[in-house]
Amino acid sequence: MSQYMLLLYATEVEGEELAEREADIPTLWLELSRSLEEAGLVVASGRLHPTSTATTVSAISGEAELTDGPFAITKEALAGYYLIEAENLDQALGVAKRIPLIRYGRVEVRPVMDYSVE
Amino acid sequence: MLATLIRHVGDFQLAEDAVQDAYAAALTTWPREGVPANPGAWLTVTARRRAIDRLRRDRSVADRAERLADLVRLDQQEHKAMIDESSIVDDRLRLIFTCCHPALDVSARVALTLRALGGLTTGEIARAFLVAEPTMGKRIVRAKGKIAAARIPYEVPADEELPDRVRGVLRVVYLIFNEGYSATEGDRLVRDELCDEAIRLGLLLRELMPDDAEVWGLFALMLLHDSRRAARVDERGRYLALGEQDRSRWDQARIQEGMRALARSVRLRHPGQYQLQAAITALQMEEEPDWRQIADLYGALAKLTPTAVVELNRAVAVGFADGPHAGSTC
Repeated sequence: MSQYMLLLYATEVEGEELAEREADIPTLWLELSRSLEEAGLVVASGRLHPTSTATTVSAISGEAELTDGPFAITKEALAGYYLIEAENLDQALGVAKRIPLIRYGRVEVRPVMDYSVE
Repeated sequence: MLATLIRHVGDFQLAEDAVQDAYAAALTTWPREGVPANPGAWLTVTARRRAIDRLRRDRSVADRAERLADLVRLDQQEHKAMIDESSIVDDRLRLIFTCCHPALDVSARVALTLRALGGLTTGEIARAFLVAEPTMGKRIVRAKGKIAAARIPYEVPADEELPDRVRGVLRVVYLIFNEGYSATEGDRLVRDELCDEAIRLGLLLRELMPDDAEVWGLFALMLLHDSRRAARVDERGRYLALGEQDRSRWDQARIQEGMRALARSVRLRHPGQYQLQAAITALQMEEEPDWRQIADLYGALAKLTPTAVVELNRAVAVGFADGPHAGSTC
């Protein structure tokens, strides 16, 4: 079993656009969460507050600096994540394909490095 | 051999390295001691033993203890019946599907397939695609790295996935053939090698998936195109259109085989783009091509793959069928 990080990206919209986008899919999110829980595949998951609430920390220039906002302004922003367990990439992709966000956004699937000792 | 070893060892790169070791060992031992009675078996056993050695030395590999145990056990059972046919076939299928996995970039799939199944060297693949050798090398290394790190499974896809995945494999084989066939520059010998390789892969696919209509369709298409290889270039190295070619230089045996493959694909009653293209080519190769029928087939093809090229070809065919003004209204 390996761990995969599913990073959910979408444009940030509000009000009517948001309502329209999420119109038909609350049940799909619910179904997904339920079946993933049953299968015991989710290690962690979360939906993030919009990037306007983000603070970026870096010490590249020497001292720790704080910036108001995400590390980069991009059209699509990180909206949420799932950390899952899966046998292989195909299984992880199978989960990603069921995430309702892919109708209007994108999900990046990346393997997590395994530091467990033999 | 590589395909089976990948399955036993569970790691693409490790298997490849072990196979290289085995060949190197053969190059030093055989001249001295003579070629063994069963060279294939010698290589297989040696490769496996080298894999065991490498696995023992490399402490960072996951599941190491388990894999070592499996390999050693396999080695000890060596004297049972030689690897049976069906498991070799399965391993090669697994290898093709892995190399052509949709999570890999198309150019990576092509390079990996040629490397792992075609046995072409990185240099040969680089020359074929007019890319610098180190660039091609990096592409292949990156792809293998991804297969390992992301754990792209070494298996034949589940039934629900199979149709899409087969399309993916056919696409790679078609790209390889097309690269070899359509090239107007670059090393002619290497380009011919690509066509040969694609046809070999087509043969393998035919063996492995004899009930897939498009597998037969692609095979037919490649054979029909390839039958004209000798006639395509004139004495001055200029490419000749189909209509200008010397038909006596067409390989009739290839054409017959292509036509049989086309018939077989049609009987499987599952139309697709490669069958259509093969049928179009077959018609175009007749003494008096039936342009009306060809136009209709392009029409059907346009529904499946609506590209500008297909539309243009359809217009041209309609033009030939109806006279000079008809095609331009498409």
